[in-house]
Amino acid sequence: MTLLPSASANASEVDRLLWALLAISLAVLVLVFALLLRYITRYRANSPVDRGVEGTKSWIFESAWTGATLLVFLGLFVWGANLYVRMFNPPQDALRIYVVAKQWMWKVEHPSGQREINALHVPLNRAVQLIMTSEDVIHDFSVPAFRIKHDVLPGRYETLGFTATRAGTYPLYCTQFCGVNHSMMTGEVVVLPPAQFAAWLARNPVADDLVGEGRTLYIRYGCSGCHARGAEVATVRAPPLEGLYGRPVPLSDGRTVTADERYLHDSIVAPGAQIVAGYQDLMPSYAGQISEEDLLKLVTYIKSLSPESPP
Amino acid sequence: MSAESADIKIPAAAVDRSYLHDGTSLKSWLLTTDHKRIAILYFASITAFFFLGGAAAALVRFNLITPQGLLGSPETYNRLFTMHGVVMVWFFLVPAVPVTLGNFIIPLMIGARDLAFPRLNLFSWYLFMVGGTITLWALFVGGLDTGWTFYTPLSTTYSKGHVALAAAGIFVAGFSSIATGLNFIITIHRLRAPGLTWYRLPVFIWSMYSLSVLLVLATPVLAITLLLMLLERLFHIGVFDPAVGGDPLLFQHLFWFYSHPAVYMMILPGFGVISEIIPAFARRPIFGYKFLVWASVAIAVISFFVWGHHMFVAGTSVYSAVLFSILSYMVAVPSAIKVFNWLGTLHKGYIHFDAPMLYALGFIGLFTIGGVTGLWVAALAADVHLTQTYFVVAHFHYIMVGGMVSAYFGGLHYWWPKITGRMYPEAWARIAALVMFIGFNLTFFPQFILGYLGMPRRYATYAPEFQVLNVLSSAGSTILAAAYLLPLAYLLWSLLHGKRAPQNPWRATGLEWQTPSPPPTVNFIATPHVTQGPYAYARPDKESSAKEPPHGEAHE
Amino acid sequence: MNSTTASVGFQYRSGADQNEAALAGMWLFLATEVLFFGGLLLCFIVGRHANPLAFDAAARETTLWAGTVNTVLLLTSSLAYAAGIVFVRAGDSRRLMRCCFGALVLGGAFIVLKFGVEWPGDISQHLFPAAASFKIGGALEGGARLFFVFYFISTGLHGLHMLIGVVLVVWIMLRARRGEFSAHYHTPVVAVGLYWSFVDIVWLTLYPLIYLVGRG
Repeated sequence: MTLLPSASANASEVDRLLWALLAISLAVLVLVFALLLRYITRYRANSPVDRGVEGTKSWIFESAWTGATLLVFLGLFVWGANLYVRMFNPPQDALRIYVVAKQWMWKVEHPSGQREINALHVPLNRAVQLIMTSEDVIHDFSVPAFRIKHDVLPGRYETLGFTATRAGTYPLYCTQFCGVNHSMMTGEVVVLPPAQFAAWLARNPVADDLVGEGRTLYIRYGCSGCHARGAEVATVRAPPLEGLYGRPVPLSDGRTVTADERYLHDSIVAPGAQIVAGYQDLMPSYAGQISEEDLLKLVTYIKSLSPESPP
Repeated sequence: MSAESADIKIPAAAVDRSYLHDGTSLKSWLLTTDHKRIAILYFASITAFFFLGGAAAALVRFNLITPQGLLGSPETYNRLFTMHGVVMVWFFLVPAVPVTLGNFIIPLMIGARDLAFPRLNLFSWYLFMVGGTITLWALFVGGLDTGWTFYTPLSTTYSKGHVALAAAGIFVAGFSSIATGLNFIITIHRLRAPGLTWYRLPVFIWSMYSLSVLLVLATPVLAITLLLMLLERLFHIGVFDPAVGGDPLLFQHLFWFYSHPAVYMMILPGFGVISEIIPAFARRPIFGYKFLVWASVAIAVISFFVWGHHMFVAGTSVYSAVLFSILSYMVAVPSAIKVFNWLGTLHKGYIHFDAPMLYALGFIGLFTIGGVTGLWVAALAADVHLTQTYFVVAHFHYIMVGGMVSAYFGGLHYWWPKITGRMYPEAWARIAALVMFIGFNLTFFPQFILGYLGMPRRYATYAPEFQVLNVLSSAGSTILAAAYLLPLAYLLWSLLHGKRAPQNPWRATGLEWQTPSPPPTVNFIATPHVTQGPYAYARPDKESSAKEPPHGEAHE
Repeated sequence: MNSTTASVGFQYRSGADQNEAALAGMWLFLATEVLFFGGLLLCFIVGRHANPLAFDAAARETTLWAGTVNTVLLLTSSLAYAAGIVFVRAGDSRRLMRCCFGALVLGGAFIVLKFGVEWPGDISQHLFPAAASFKIGGALEGGARLFFVFYFISTGLHGLHMLIGVVLVVWIMLRARRGEFSAHYHTPVVAVGLYWSFVDIVWLTLYPLIYLVGRG
């Protein structure tokens, strides 16, 4: 039996926290068990040991150990929370890979169009951000060797970031119970040195990249009919999408949201929920009509539309 | 108010005979309003549920002996662990101590003749049985494979099991919990014996009170959550469905708003039982009574604000995770206080190692292990790695089984003479306590390591590298199963052949020991008057001059 | 202190003690009800937060006049019952019965208006959320259906509580007719009064949420 490999930047930090927790736990357990054993042997009923006088002030002891426990707990909290918050703030230049979960498989799409099932190839020492969604129930993407885990929900995008620091193949598990074959929803994460990763990418056939496929879908679903550049050519007035990604969007109910992946996704499946200020609620919902995989492609295409690019 | 009004009539039989002999017909049991008889009804039901849930667990462990799964079918495995969870959580762990020991002992401990609402008490047993029957029907006839957590949309849309029926059963049983909690709260407020002020109440009563507050305030939220889930399942109303504008995380929030306090519903009664046993067998007043009492209350209050720690990787915001993490550490402080207080009680005591005490000592050890591993999963970054793995399974089994079930057995042995009028066979009971401790650790300790190595929960099949630890765990579970069957055998035997129990076999100070064993239907022939705190244990060397309960019998 | 006709359980020291316990029990039961409806309201708030426009559009489809008339009916019904409690405290069981009758008529009118007029009207206007066709289409459909899910569940659960209340008030009336209540003993009258007022308060929470907020 081998110990769990530590294969990400995050893993060694989590392990350090776990070691500290182990040390504290052992200290507490040794203290409690030692006192317990000492008292039950020393003060067993027929033991003649002198019990001295009773009536010590208990509140001094109580306050002391309450205070000590509280301090240790606060320290652990700060340590754990700090690491957690940093885990959730991946660098901006991360490689973004899309993951779609369904009963009972993982489908991975690389930005350059390569696809894999129940496997994820990533380059060594490069920050990766997974953008994950589910087609049915809640799943959970877990790679113990990276010490990461995150639920994958239907109808929304969840992200999970990591930087692999050791080449190799590591197991991937679904860790949110998802139905009959939950335990078979496993796979592997393959970490390759950059050169080998490039070679792997080149070796795998690419039908079209996500942006290209998204463009096809964009036309097929008639998005271009309303969201055309320049409202004068369109029969229906809809907000332009060029350069939208990442910008703040004022809504008709006075709120302002940032046009991230989740916003784009939600605006396709539930357009009425967030109406852009100055526009009417005309767009029909595409919920249930476009699969999550296709939605990913559409969102990727919309993200790629810069203000200058041709429609 | 000590004078009784003329309109309170006590039947002579209720005074003369023990409650066991006050009527022997089936009707006198099924329509009884005597809290002691209702407790016996509950004992029978709870025991059946315990062994049912245990059998499911045994099959789960059997399956996990090989990586491919010995049962051969993931569907069967999923149904088994769901059955184990549903039965154990709702039909054993949450109700067990309150409805059996609590029902029997609370009125005796506070010097009352019954609970405040005896008919409601009986009604709640019937609700429990109706809910239990419906749920068992769903589990056995239809099969249920969602896990006890019923996460949407798996439960509402994708599962082929009998989700709606099971939810309906738990919904009904929930009202039984509410009725019990309500009854306890009013009883403790209104029916205490003259002189029994709040700070003279045994810690068991305080923890039953805290537990009841949780039952009464959290269970209704489970009821509405299950109702919405059931409607969603039947009519696709969309409250938890993102396609319509609902939110699957909303279900988790509501579910854990009940189910986290539920964890404390399970363990608070355990705290109470242990706090009675340890002073009685250490012959010392409990250490830091007020700290223990207020720790129970603090746990009850804070437990309502930590539900989010079940969702650190579920997709809630980082800020909420940070908040729930620190609150989770806060709720651990009072639990730590309790452990130190029990140790403080042992200090300078005159310790007897009767079976209840062995269970209590086992409780302290196992609960402490469960508690410190709770610190691991409360630390956010560590939880990301450990949650949804066997580490969490081991952690909560240390609390639930190592803690709560040990306390239940401890309490059962401690009050067995009072309940049945018979002594249990001491040697057998000590052996069972010891074997249970060993079997438990063998079963669940390997799971901590499995969890760290990343083995996910609820897997019917697993990677071969996990096999050694799984076999170890399954081997331990056979010892544990044998240890649970032992008390079933010797306690039943003692009903017929056990030595007659004296009124106060442990020379304990609680009011429940100042009435015959088993008590008459009316509990106390004369209403007791309380003049001192609950744990007035005198030191043996000064015992002759100290006040002993009137009919105290020599111990051992 | 004597209680007159009701028997006192032998666990109580006196009838007065038992009466206080019964009322405390009712208060506690109402606390559990608050949590029960509270869970539902939380879901409503979350649903509205996620679909503000759809919820507003759907709220405009509700029958404002029916809701308003019902509010008046229910408040008056509670007033009538509360008056009955005042009378029974003075030992006047005859007037208590009249007040109960008034409360029943008004409560009954609420139920008839709600489930005999308003619900059928909503359903005939295609506002039933589980039906195939729904009045509000387009982008707002999902959210609007969700609003009506809450509308039917919350008013349905409230109506169920009303029906239980009606049974309880009838029970009080029958016991009053048998002369069981007096100035000394009338605990069940007060306990049912607490329940009846609670059902009222639930409605006073639902009324603005369902009928008013979306129209604002």
